[in-house]
Amino acid sequence: MPKYVITAKRKLAPRVNWFRIQAPLIARRAQPGQFVIVRLHEKGERIPLTLFDWNANEGFIELVVQEVGKTTMEMGRYNVGDHVLNITGPLGNPTHIDMYGVVVIVCGGVGSAVCYPVAKALRERGNKVISIIGFRTRELVILEEEFRRISDEVIVTTDDGSYGVKGFTTDALRSLLESGVKPGLVYTAGPVIMMKKVAEITRRHGVLTYASLNPIMVDGTGMCGACRVTVEGRTVFACVDGPDFDAHKVDFDELAKRLAQYTEEERIALEKYLNTVSRGG
Amino acid sequence: MSTGGSRVKKKRVPVPRREPAERIRDFNEVVLGYTLEQAMEEASRCLQCPLNFAPCVKGCPVHVNIPGFLRKLREGDVKGALEIIMETNPLPGITGRVCPQEEQCERNCIMGRIGDRINIGKLERFVADYARKHGIRPEVKIPPSTGKKIAIVGSGPAGLTAAAELRKMGHEVRVFEALHEPGGVLVYGIPEFRLPKEIVRYELEYLSKIGVEILTDVVVGKTLSLRDLLTEYDAVFLGTGAGTPNFLNIPGVNCLNIYSANEFLTRVNLMKAYLFPEYDTPIKKPNRVAVIGGGNTAMDAARSALRLGSREVYVLYRRTKELMTARQEEVENAEEEGVKFMFLVSPVEFVCDDKGRVKAVRLIKMRLGEPGRDGRPRPIPIPGSEFELEVDAVIIAIGQTPNRILFKDIPELKLTEKGTIVVDEKYRTTVKGVFAGGDAIRGESTVVKAMGDGWKAARSIDEYLKTGEWPPEIKPHDFEAEN
Ligand SMILES: Cc1cc2nc3c(=O)[nH]c(=O)nc-3n(C[C@H](O)[C@H](O)[C@H](O)COP(=O)(O)OP(=O)(O)OC[C@H]3O[C@@H](n4cnc5c(N)ncnc54)[C@H](O)[C@@H]3O)c2cc1C
Ligand SMILES: Cc1cc2nc3c(=O)[nH]c(=O)nc-3n(C[C@H](O)[C@H](O)[C@H](O)COP(=O)(O)OP(=O)(O)OC[C@H]3O[C@@H](n4cnc5c(N)ncnc54)[C@H](O)[C@@H]3O)c2cc1C
Ligand code: SF4
Ligand code: FES
Repeated sequence: MPKYVITAKRKLAPRVNWFRIQAPLIARRAQPGQFVIVRLHEKGERIPLTLFDWNANEGFIELVVQEVGKTTMEMGRYNVGDHVLNITGPLGNPTHIDMYGVVVIVCGGVGSAVCYPVAKALRERGNKVISIIGFRTRELVILEEEFRRISDEVIVTTDDGSYGVKGFTTDALRSLLESGVKPGLVYTAGPVIMMKKVAEITRRHGVLTYASLNPIMVDGTGMCGACRVTVEGRTVFACVDGPDFDAHKVDFDELAKRLAQYTEEERIALEKYLNTVSRGG
Repeated sequence: MSTGGSRVKKKRVPVPRREPAERIRDFNEVVLGYTLEQAMEEASRCLQCPLNFAPCVKGCPVHVNIPGFLRKLREGDVKGALEIIMETNPLPGITGRVCPQEEQCERNCIMGRIGDRINIGKLERFVADYARKHGIRPEVKIPPSTGKKIAIVGSGPAGLTAAAELRKMGHEVRVFEALHEPGGVLVYGIPEFRLPKEIVRYELEYLSKIGVEILTDVVVGKTLSLRDLLTEYDAVFLGTGAGTPNFLNIPGVNCLNIYSANEFLTRVNLMKAYLFPEYDTPIKKPNRVAVIGGGNTAMDAARSALRLGSREVYVLYRRTKELMTARQEEVENAEEEGVKFMFLVSPVEFVCDDKGRVKAVRLIKMRLGEPGRDGRPRPIPIPGSEFELEVDAVIIAIGQTPNRILFKDIPELKLTEKGTIVVDEKYRTTVKGVFAGGDAIRGESTVVKAMGDGWKAARSIDEYLKTGEWPPEIKPHDFEAEN
């Protein structure tokens, strides 16, 4: 079995880590918009993470992981030389990369890591790329440099105004559209509330919008339906039919509810983990 | 005790099993199996019909030489019995536990005319278990390498059997599995209390011992393309199963705590959610559960829910008890354990609370009508008969279809209307060099039929490797009609 060895690691912000991991088969076939399923160890759960970047020649992939619960926190303690037990991928459909003219990327928090490879590919395809990346506060800002390299314009927002433009990404998007910018595509990834608002704004302007959805997943290969979402009134599986969908057709309220399904169990797992860690386990 | 002479022992030697009250508190195995003495006695009841006549052998999809192994067993030669079984069946500990023997080998047993049929399944299981506990392995001679390479996609019973057979012919075999553990439904579907995972792992070890390589975390169609495989390998076998769950197309189906049986069982079996939080994968522990369906999957889901601590578990089935497709033994086990059955009902809606959690299932009563295309009476709703059953979780077990992930990758691979792969009677698909078997060509079927496919497909693959011949047109064979 291949060993998925971590060859580089960087802290991008408090609780956000970037990893470079040896995974030659996945690197060879990865495309923007796809993700992997990671299982850290024998007792671990399977969690989905987007492919941030990859290099087929050198056989590595890169992931950006935000610590929000047991598994992502545990992964945050993995270092160069450690290995994760299983990585499966690349999964999901690649984003439809085409010539849209102007493309606006709207992403919040670690969603910016999801948007980055897509934005890069759209730019390489010849689109004009305007990236709006939003964070709660200054110290959480990540990937600004990377976005500047691959965008024609970058707008950084913070909720509290401690850096860049004060307000939400959706405020920036609204003023952009109201100022007369006519994108051929808006691409969004981040918290469900944000994606829902983005969809409401672009619907009014009649702009095609893709959202990269983030439901709970188990296998990631279409075998269980944990990731099911309602799109245009139909049940689809995000892991095989997505993760990108026409944002104007997604039932975001249902997605938000389904994401909260295990809140209680997640809390129990985290508490138990933090207890063992603090005991030096 | 006397074994010879004309004295026929009419009664089966009973098989010990754990008491319901005790067994529903854990996931340990329910059936305990025979001791050596009991097994020898049961085996000695066999009339030793001549092999070319023995009806039991004809009923077995992989044609295990049943009188042969029973003869060895009644002499107490477990190793000899094991070797005979494993000539055609690489997974005896598994088939001995999960096969519906009452519809296969045992159905035809001659002893049935004068007494109880021989308990072939439990004897096969005994041989495998005894051999495992005593470190007895069959001796296998692998001929020198033919230099031919075969890729097997999917590590369920179909893929594993094809792999073992092809390896025994001297070919090089590599198995690609999407999940992190090989075994297919054997590891993610069928629960520990029916099929301990330790046994699956042990029987898989045999495959690696004879030189079959298994690579996990490889999703063919994603990680590797089928085209990649076709350039690197001389032939490909698709044993990808029927793993995509069907959901009911009724209001409320995406409420919280409504699971496909596949998700529920994958969390419980593969991810060991019943040991949460020692294991990281969570599962809801519901109080009142409705399981929708009447097959093996529904029984497994219902009995797993009981073991997670559910107080009431209902199996809701739209036909009658006699028409359930689940194994008889498992229906009896479920009843003993306290699973409640409601027949001739079908859900029309799931009712959710304000947090989006399911709180009731609305059902409509059914009556049986004329037989449908599959020959089974069609259930017909009775207008105005709706009623509600309060529940806090629902598990949907109404069938599965083949996984689409692979097929998107190769449009020339022809599928039937039901989404199964089209093959001819030699398991050849519409793509040259690609064979398929198991649930991927039949839709949901059984472990041993999948093994039978793998076994026979191995012979066609071998023939193709020798001749290179491929018909210009594939004439679809209806494997379902064969039953
Ligand atoms: C296709 C896809 C791509 C993703 N890509 C990335 C990525 O590149 N980087 C990254 O940091 N995260 C990504 N996520 C989210 C990531 O999978 C979750 O953060 C992770 O599963 C949480 O696991 P945990 O045990 O640490 O937290 P848990 O304790 O399980 O959950 C903590 C909190 O996180 C939220 N959460 C749980 N599961 C998910 C989920 N699947 N998606 C979103 N939020 C969740 C819950 O609301 C919960 O309150 C992606 C999710 C999907 C579906
Ligand atoms: C809950 C449950 C209980 C059952 N109980 C019984 C029983 O008691 N007795 C009985 O006889 N039968 C039973 N069955 C049916 C039986 O398990 C199946 O008929 C049998 O497993 C089919 O074998 P298979 O090899 O065709 O496919 P599977 O066992 O489904 O294996 C297919 C494998 O292929 C993998 N795969 C799929 N696509 C890809 C891909 N693109 N790349 C790589 N790998 C891939 C899957 O991950 C899986 O591991 C049960 C089924 C279920 C679901
Ligand atoms: S049919 Fe019954 S009696 Fe005859 S060989 Fe088979 S098991 Fe023995
Ligand atoms: S995660 Fe299981 S079907 Fe998508």
